[in-house]
Amino acid sequence: MLALIPLFPLLGFVINATLGRRLPKSVSGGLASGWMLGSFAVSAVAVWQLVGLPAEARVIDQSLYTWLASDDFILPLAFRLDQLSAVMILVVTGIGSLIHIYSTAYMHDEVDSEFARYFSYLNLFAAFMLVLVLGASFPVMFVGWEGVGLCSYLLIGFWFKKQSASDAGKKAFVVNRIGDYAFILGMLALFTHFGTLDFKALAGVVGALPPEASFGIISTATLLLFIGATGKSAQIPLYTWLPDAMEGPTPVSALIHAATMVTAGVYMIGRNAVLFSHAPQTMIIVAVIGAATALMAGTIGLVQNDIKRVLAYSTVSQLGLMFLAMGVGAFGAGIFHLYTHAFFKACLFLGSGAVIHALHGEQDIRNMGGLKKSLPITFYTFVIASLAIAGFPGFAGFFSKDEILYETFAEGHTLLWVVGAATSLLTATYMFRLVYLTFFGERRHDAPAAGTAAHPSHSSHPSPPSHGHGAASHLHDAPPAMAFALILLAIGSVLAGYIGIPHALNGHNALGAWLEPAFGLHASAEGATAAEHLDLERTLMLVSSVIAILGIAVATAIWLRKRAVADAMARTFSPLYKLLLNKYYVDELYDATIVQPIKVVSQRGLWRGFDVRVIDGAVNGTGALVSGGAAVLRRLQTGSVRAYAGSLFVGVVLVLGYYLWR
Amino acid sequence: MIPLSSYLIVSAVLFAIGTAGVFLRRNLITILLSVEIMLNAVNLTFVAFGRYRGDVDGQIITFFVMTVAAAEAAVGLALIIALFRHRESLNPDAFTSLKW
Repeated sequence: MLALIPLFPLLGFVINATLGRRLPKSVSGGLASGWMLGSFAVSAVAVWQLVGLPAEARVIDQSLYTWLASDDFILPLAFRLDQLSAVMILVVTGIGSLIHIYSTAYMHDEVDSEFARYFSYLNLFAAFMLVLVLGASFPVMFVGWEGVGLCSYLLIGFWFKKQSASDAGKKAFVVNRIGDYAFILGMLALFTHFGTLDFKALAGVVGALPPEASFGIISTATLLLFIGATGKSAQIPLYTWLPDAMEGPTPVSALIHAATMVTAGVYMIGRNAVLFSHAPQTMIIVAVIGAATALMAGTIGLVQNDIKRVLAYSTVSQLGLMFLAMGVGAFGAGIFHLYTHAFFKACLFLGSGAVIHALHGEQDIRNMGGLKKSLPITFYTFVIASLAIAGFPGFAGFFSKDEILYETFAEGHTLLWVVGAATSLLTATYMFRLVYLTFFGERRHDAPAAGTAAHPSHSSHPSPPSHGHGAASHLHDAPPAMAFALILLAIGSVLAGYIGIPHALNGHNALGAWLEPAFGLHASAEGATAAEHLDLERTLMLVSSVIAILGIAVATAIWLRKRAVADAMARTFSPLYKLLLNKYYVDELYDATIVQPIKVVSQRGLWRGFDVRVIDGAVNGTGALVSGGAAVLRRLQTGSVRAYAGSLFVGVVLVLGYYLWR
Repeated sequence: MIPLSSYLIVSAVLFAIGTAGVFLRRNLITILLSVEIMLNAVNLTFVAFGRYRGDVDGQIITFFVMTVAAAEAAVGLALIIALFRHRESLNPDAFTSLKW
């Protein structure tokens, strides 16, 4: 039955890829959404079965067939559902379904064949993502891992006629490839040393060993895997592709670049919790990279002006927090944040999509403002999701983020805790900056709505929607399919956290307890119910609530009350502002240190030198040799029969003479 | 009893005459005749060796050669006529182009 879960979207892909161009939009979009909902239903049934099993035996295995068999290396194509993948498949199919439904409205202005192409990619993505989370061994996971990378490339470059979109797609693909290379090396290292790539078997073998005191094979392998994760999950140093990936359609950003694919790295670490916890050095690196990424992306997010880019940096930052959690050994907290983040970040992206949809492709928040009245559904859902991501008490993000910060502090990483707390402050601030600039105040730009249709940035967007062109000065709120997804996700953003209420609030961390066996670790910090721990947790919770409210207050003070302050600050700290606006010049740095040298070497050395001289030279040289030799040999072919007969005669005489006088 | 060597000398002389004819004459028909002379020189050796060895193998193979020579003459003359119609010439040097 597990195989059905990825199979449904795969069937959707096959149908839309082959027949899609002949189907009307309602059919191709409906089919795609239908297969996703079917997959969600099967997932729900499968998880229900899993719940029915006794707690210690909560694993459903399904082996389809032997994929590879070579000597002692036997690799079945096997799926495994346990507590961790249960959470993931529900998130992927559930939020995936909502985003499919949303897309039917968002992409409605595409022609039929493009519409079907979009949905076939989206379904293919879902299929690969489900293979990724259900795979029972590294190679099966890797199939999904590569597959989602491919779909990410296809969808970022969906509007491939736009140069920036196809460039962004290529960038995402190439950067991911760097990480994937390390991932493969990590897999090989594990296989050569432990002889198996099955997650459970690996955990069994490694679990029997003591944690590595020095930097050994487990540390090396996990570090390589983590480099793979930095590519997929956009962490330092391979995060630069994610902000550019916003060139794709907005629902794609929501599904792939916020809720699911980019969390694959976090999931991978959770899946191999035993491995990682046996490599303390790697864990420290993971935590530090996570915290650094969180802070860095948070600061960049503070000054960006593109609504989707702000959300993209926010995603990078939140992923950093998840890695921080993983790095300090709080696997449950990391997955918890992954799960709540999927709701509110998908909601935010879809909300931004609704704004872009309404404004006919406008993405610059400097040209927005005052949308509160005209887009009420979008506004309310966006605010709810913003409160959730800011960690406002009672919303989903509060519980998960707080758990990460608490675990970080409790594990003794005070500095990392400070970084995490600072990131929370930044998160609250930049999210509400976004809210205020988009929805509050006066409309700063009314070109599209007021009918001055010749807006340059609009015409350059092949994408979005032009529903309300005729209806001047009136903006359309999200159409029903979009509103449906937004509202459900907003509800999720409020409620999702309540399955993981910490002990400190007299709750029961149901998600933590549920996930615990999946990580295969024994005694954990979770069990610390001592009074002082509870007090500590309560104190920290208070601190993070204050931080969230403070962040929102700062944003309110600056961007709602006195917007001039923001400009004044930008002028006062001009160098810093420029640094942040230009994203720390990391893209430029990479371009100068890596891209350009590679380009120069490729162009001068590999192309002009090796390819033109050696390879083309060898090919052309062969041709020249043959024609040159032929020019000489052709002289022998005089066509004179007597000359031929003469040479024949001379030859016979010579041969006979040789034998006679030998 | 004429010794074997005498036959072979006559045969070699005939073969040399034929070869010289092939190389030196400029008329296709003469060249064809020269080829016939060379064939008959060979026939002579076969027959001489057959008699020397006291069996009939040499004579048998000579019949084969004669048959082939007859066929060859027929085909060769036909070709020569065809060529002559084409070029109004029997000089082999007129037929040096490898295709036309």
